[in-house]
Amino acid sequence: MIPQNLKYMESHEWARQDEDIVTIGISDYAQSEIQDIVYVELPEVGTELTQKTEFGVIESVKAAFDLYAPISGEVIEVNESLLDAPEQVNESPYDDGWFLKIKMTDPSELDALLDADGYQAHIEAEHA
Amino acid sequence: MKRTPLYQVHESLNAKFTEFGGWEMPLQYSSIVKEHLSVRANVGLFDLSHMGEFDVSGPGANELVQKLSTNDVGRLTDGRVLYTLFCNETGGVVDDLLIYRHTDNHYMLVVNAANIDKDLTWVETHNNTGTDIKNVSEDTALIALQGPKSIDILNPFVPERDVSEISFFRFVVDEVAGIPTTISRTGYTGEIGFELYVDASDAENLWNVLYPAVIAAEGQPVGLGARDTLRLEAGLRLYGIDMNDDTNPFEVGLGKFVKSKGRQFIGKDALLAAKKKGIAKQMVGFQMLDRAVARGGYAVYQQGEHIGSVTSGAPSPSLKCNIGFASISSHGTLENEEIDVEIRGRLHSAKIVTLPFI
Repeated sequence: MIPQNLKYMESHEWARQDEDIVTIGISDYAQSEIQDIVYVELPEVGTELTQKTEFGVIESVKAAFDLYAPISGEVIEVNESLLDAPEQVNESPYDDGWFLKIKMTDPSELDALLDADGYQAHIEAEHA
Repeated sequence: MKRTPLYQVHESLNAKFTEFGGWEMPLQYSSIVKEHLSVRANVGLFDLSHMGEFDVSGPGANELVQKLSTNDVGRLTDGRVLYTLFCNETGGVVDDLLIYRHTDNHYMLVVNAANIDKDLTWVETHNNTGTDIKNVSEDTALIALQGPKSIDILNPFVPERDVSEISFFRFVVDEVAGIPTTISRTGYTGEIGFELYVDASDAENLWNVLYPAVIAAEGQPVGLGARDTLRLEAGLRLYGIDMNDDTNPFEVGLGKFVKSKGRQFIGKDALLAAKKKGIAKQMVGFQMLDRAVARGGYAVYQQGEHIGSVTSGAPSPSLKCNIGFASISSHGTLENEEIDVEIRGRLHSAKIVTLPFI
């Protein structure tokens, strides 16, 4: 199931807005495609992210995948527990497997993201 | 893309597919890690029908394969298998392969899928002994059964013999559940196991015979993803990744498969000359000291000096650390020596370890 309360990128990152703080991660669909996540490389607190640009990497047994920022802003918190337990991204992509909390600079950027229905349609198109 | 006779079986098992050497092959069925660990602990079933098979026969067959092979085919007796290389005139590796000796005038050559056309041309070009060379790759399916339980799984289907008596790198022509099969005690995983060659039309039957027994033994079908991590842990090179037409066997640590004493073969003069001159590169195994994953192509440094690159690298499901092979400049590197791998612009420490990893 695709959570209705999140926004999505076509590259499969999700964004959850709580006032001006946005939590980001990757979708359940993305983790199930990637599988066997063994390593997550994330930026440090204080890093400035730009929407739709690379901010980190996840590694599965098979390959490395770039991560793209759904929103611009400053990293204010990093999920450090992923360093020792990257498998949380597979097990709990929307909760324990979150990556970063970002203090967003431009809320209107959220409008450029897909809603749950749009993301669902995107997955189906990609899979067809 | 080409498909094996088992494509629909893989589809029905919901495999994820990948392109490999022009073939559409199963990458994984459940998860690479689970498939990998099931081979180490129990058993795995592989479709390797993309591999190429040449049937080489006639009075000049022995002379032909000897001329092409860096390893000494003369060491084979009937029913034995030899791991060997074909080299070109400059000593570069054309392919690595298995040679099966049925008799001294009848051999089967098993070559890498991506090299079937190249190797066939190579063998035919050098055939001045009138040997009959048949590319039987399309007609031949290869199913591998690998893992500690493989003997117990196979035995009930081969009533006329105890398959545990087939020694490593030997084969028999027999039947598995009534299906004519070349049963070979070989593999690419570092585990006990068999490679089973059957007619392509029998592939699905053989798979369907073995599959329930594999599942009952807590085994799994295994795709190319886990095949790659299994061979990496076992220290086994992959043609096209760890070596190619421009690398010689010594540079990739396969010098022990070059037997030049008292025999002639293509590439011998170049290899002897290269050895005399000194081998500039060597292949080492390494283990990362942090969680970063080294992949093929990444640069390798030692004390700030660029000394080579990673050829193969991946997380090791069995060792739970990241491992790989690196091709580095020769300097008599010692075990436990530290190197650095450049990963996305940053150096990550690794230590050199003896192969195989497991």
